[in-house]
Amino acid sequence: MTDLYTEKVMDHFRNPRNMGEIKNADGFGKVGNPKCGDVMAIYIKVKDERIIDIKFKTFGCTAAIATSSILTEIVKGKTIDEALKITRDDVAKELGGLPAIKLHCSNLAADALKEAIKDYKKKKK
Amino acid sequence: MKNIYMDYAATTPVDKEVLKDMLPYFDKIYGNASSIHSFGIDSFNAVEEARERIGKLLNASPEEIVFTSGGTESDNLAIKGVAYQNKNKKKTKGYQIITSDVEHPAVLETCRYLEKDGFKVKYLPVDKYGLINLDDFERAISKDTFLVTIMYANNEIGTIEPMKEIGKITNENNILFHTDAVQAICKTPIDVVKMNIDLLSISSHKIYGPKGCGALYIRKGTKIQTIQHGGGHEYGLRSSTHNTPGIVGLGKACELGRERLEKDSLHMKKLRDILIKKIINNIEESYLNGHPEKRLVNNAHLRFTGIEGESLNMMLDDKGIAAATGSACSSKKLQASHVLLAIGLKPEEAHGSLRLSLGRWSTEEEVTYVSEVLPGIVEKLRKMSPLWNR
Repeated sequence: MTDLYTEKVMDHFRNPRNMGEIKNADGFGKVGNPKCGDVMAIYIKVKDERIIDIKFKTFGCTAAIATSSILTEIVKGKTIDEALKITRDDVAKELGGLPAIKLHCSNLAADALKEAIKDYKKKKK
Repeated sequence: MKNIYMDYAATTPVDKEVLKDMLPYFDKIYGNASSIHSFGIDSFNAVEEARERIGKLLNASPEEIVFTSGGTESDNLAIKGVAYQNKNKKKTKGYQIITSDVEHPAVLETCRYLEKDGFKVKYLPVDKYGLINLDDFERAISKDTFLVTIMYANNEIGTIEPMKEIGKITNENNILFHTDAVQAICKTPIDVVKMNIDLLSISSHKIYGPKGCGALYIRKGTKIQTIQHGGGHEYGLRSSTHNTPGIVGLGKACELGRERLEKDSLHMKKLRDILIKKIINNIEESYLNGHPEKRLVNNAHLRFTGIEGESLNMMLDDKGIAAATGSACSSKKLQASHVLLAIGLKPEEAHGSLRLSLGRWSTEEEVTYVSEVLPGIVEKLRKMSPLWNR
């Protein structure tokens, strides 16, 4: 854990991967609250229970954008079951750690993903 | 890569002339200003010269200046020092303090501390520009009010409070008037006599002096007690061996600031107005926070719909621009700025704010560069934002 952003955080912040929206997404999840300064939206495209495409949109600080970006990299290609196992800690770890103060408030990407999967399952029924 | 500093309201570099004056006091004239030998006397004289220079800037006498470690300590000494002096008068006069919702934490937290200690504090609301309402203020005064502490100019949005009017009212009601002038000093003329100010806090590092030094003006005859006990330095009001190099630096910074007040102010005001105009004109849904005219000459405080200030600042930093924000994510408390909420902004609006503050060495090229770079960054962040669907 560090007080500063890691190089990897800065890389994902400067060059966010999979940023944008998916038209006719199979699942959509949005978490956070503009009041708190963080809102994350995740779009997923699913084929044969595998997430074949994922995109994000984030309003928030550097950490919020970086966690969203790296989550999409981790998730792409994973099955729904695998994706559901991803935790906030996994996301932070993948980034080489986050400043302590940012661990909770800005690390909502895994939650947004769970919401998107929930939405997908609901639509599938 | 560019290297543009637009965070002069956070701190300033030390002016070369200030540094030059300070240097001998580290290793050549190092005596304790309280010592009676020649080494001490040399330091003592330097401290007293600085006191005179600060007095001159404020239209105060040298003996009305007390040196401290900075703005926060000056605020603490002024408010706690006056409060504790008045504590015995609970039943007669003296129990209530009046302040505002937009004060610097050095004032707000001191007031909250005193509340726990039994004092009553009235926090005045402000309008959308950050100004207190003078009628509200007069109505808030009771026979128990002994101290009013209202900042001269706001450190975030740059709004300048009606000092002269407040001073008139406190004077008529025989109430002490303290102001935190840390941001205002050397940016606008301050006359403590004309404005009826009894106590005024300043800090050295905001006016091209060194960090770790400040001063409190205390009008002669003001009843105040120390909050730092020890050897009885500074007329018994602030014990601690004098920080001679710092004090010399503060004194020189005040002298330079006084001499250059008009020149510096005109320079910064011109750049500030260009900056604000270019940003507002070039970025849709961008707004100025604070008062359009009653504002510090060096302060441009803006907000942009749909984006968050910490990431905005980080992207500016990537372009070599140093700025500040009122976003929660940049604060250690993870709360949106109390100032921006007090002027009626929604939390999400407060998060999207940016403070650009100019200084003596800011240039038009820098202002142009910032106003050219900013629209692209705002656009990039808005493209990422789920709150921006235009």
